[in-house]
Amino acid sequence: MGSIIFLVVLVVVVGWLIGAYNGLISLKNQTLNAFKQIDVQLKRRHDLIPNLVNAVKGAMEFERSTLEAVIQARNQAVKVNATGPEGVKQISQAENALSSALQRLMVVVEQYPQLKATGNIGQLQEELTSTENKVAFARQLYNDTATQYNTKQQQFPTNMVAGLAKAQPADLWEIEDQAEKAVPQVDLSMKPKV
Amino acid sequence: MSDDTSLNLFQQQEANRRRTVLLVIGFVAFFAWLGFGGDYIYYLSTRDAPRTAYHHVFPWFGIALTVIALLTAWYAYATGPEKVLWSTGARPIVDPTDPQEKQLVNVVEEMAIASGVPRPRIWIVDDPDPNAFATGTDPLHAHVAVTRGLLDLCSREELQAVVGHELGHVKNLDVRLMTLLAALVGAVALMHDGATRVLRGGTNLGGGGGGSRGGGKKGGAGPLLAVLLVVWILSWILAPIITQILALAVSRKREYLADAMSAQFTRNPLALASALQKIEGADAPTAAIKRGAAHLCIADPLGRRLTAHEGLFADALATHPPMAKRIAILRGMGYAQLKKEGGGVA
Repeated sequence: MGSIIFLVVLVVVVGWLIGAYNGLISLKNQTLNAFKQIDVQLKRRHDLIPNLVNAVKGAMEFERSTLEAVIQARNQAVKVNATGPEGVKQISQAENALSSALQRLMVVVEQYPQLKATGNIGQLQEELTSTENKVAFARQLYNDTATQYNTKQQQFPTNMVAGLAKAQPADLWEIEDQAEKAVPQVDLSMKPKV
Repeated sequence: MSDDTSLNLFQQQEANRRRTVLLVIGFVAFFAWLGFGGDYIYYLSTRDAPRTAYHHVFPWFGIALTVIALLTAWYAYATGPEKVLWSTGARPIVDPTDPQEKQLVNVVEEMAIASGVPRPRIWIVDDPDPNAFATGTDPLHAHVAVTRGLLDLCSREELQAVVGHELGHVKNLDVRLMTLLAALVGAVALMHDGATRVLRGGTNLGGGGGGSRGGGKKGGAGPLLAVLLVVWILSWILAPIITQILALAVSRKREYLADAMSAQFTRNPLALASALQKIEGADAPTAAIKRGAAHLCIADPLGRRLTAHEGLFADALATHPPMAKRIAILRGMGYAQLKKEGGGVA
């Protein structure tokens, strides 16, 4: 009788162990995959920016500093050589700088109706909006998945299997500094001749 | 929060898998009953016939109908999405040139990233009434269709919210169950029409058989035969109604869940609330979407008044929950989010 109870308990415990271990591994891979998604979207963004800058360069001689900020931020972001969730902090810093530079550019474009009137810019604006959204949503998915993964590996009793599954807390993608998001001032004195 | 919704999602996926299997089993079992029941009735009525007359011993009807049901279920599963799209006259976006279509493609791609499902195929229904639906058998083979009216009416954020709602259906496997149901409802209606003709011949035959048993040698078979016959005929008559009620019952609750998933993907429940309000405001029925695919849509395409009510009657007969309630729930989410803004993760 005693051995039967022992056997049942053993089966339950082993079953739970397998389930918890596999759950953690699955979440770990989902987190990695979500991170890859961000990478893909960032690459897309880096490729898009030169096109964008070329398209508005002629019409925006007067906003040279805004454009240069975008180019510089982009080059900075491309240079970052970190990969994997361990590099999240480093990558996110460079990318956030690029995000805010792009936001400034978008606001500036918004201020010049004659710039928007050209169909080309309208299309590019849509592309840029979409690219920014894709980066943001990829980040959101990564953060959600990573949070789930982190919670799981810290919660009792799954935390006892965390070592076995080599689970380590994944860094979240930090939200950018609020100060960086400040709406840029458009210098009206340098308004282009119509 | 994400842990909650993911658990919910997992349960919902499981429930949908289970319900799909149950639906197929129920469908096949129902047809088996129609077939074998008929066989049994026929057997009872020919048992006492003279030696030289026909005796129905081998259950031909049962086997034939079961095989037909299995084939139909398989066919519905394999071609259901195609049939649904075909019935609405949707056309795929292959190479978007129109800025509106380009925006739709972008929005769908964004939502696919947010929801973590592969990019579905995108379709447009040239109908001025705003509406949208999703179909497919699993996230790898999913389709999202929106009407031209939706593109014209909604802002980018609202479009995003609507697409998020549809991808919610895709992600929790609602599409599989709902598409299969749509295809089976169509198949039952078709078979019913065809079989009613055969059945009329059958009742005459049964009646003739009943008359011949007059000897009273097997007294017990008489009432049993009559009851069986009545139930069996009722099943034939009720088949399309039963499937229709199933289609209605299955789609109501999951609209709320898909709304919540859209809010989770976009983090912008107010956008979906305003999109729903616009869709509700344009109350012209979506002409391109017929009754058979109504339960797949984000809003009732038939514009039935019933959808505006909650209650036992409406619960049983409307495909969609009341719009006002959906909007109220989304607003509630939106304001709760605004309140604690700054505390959350992006």
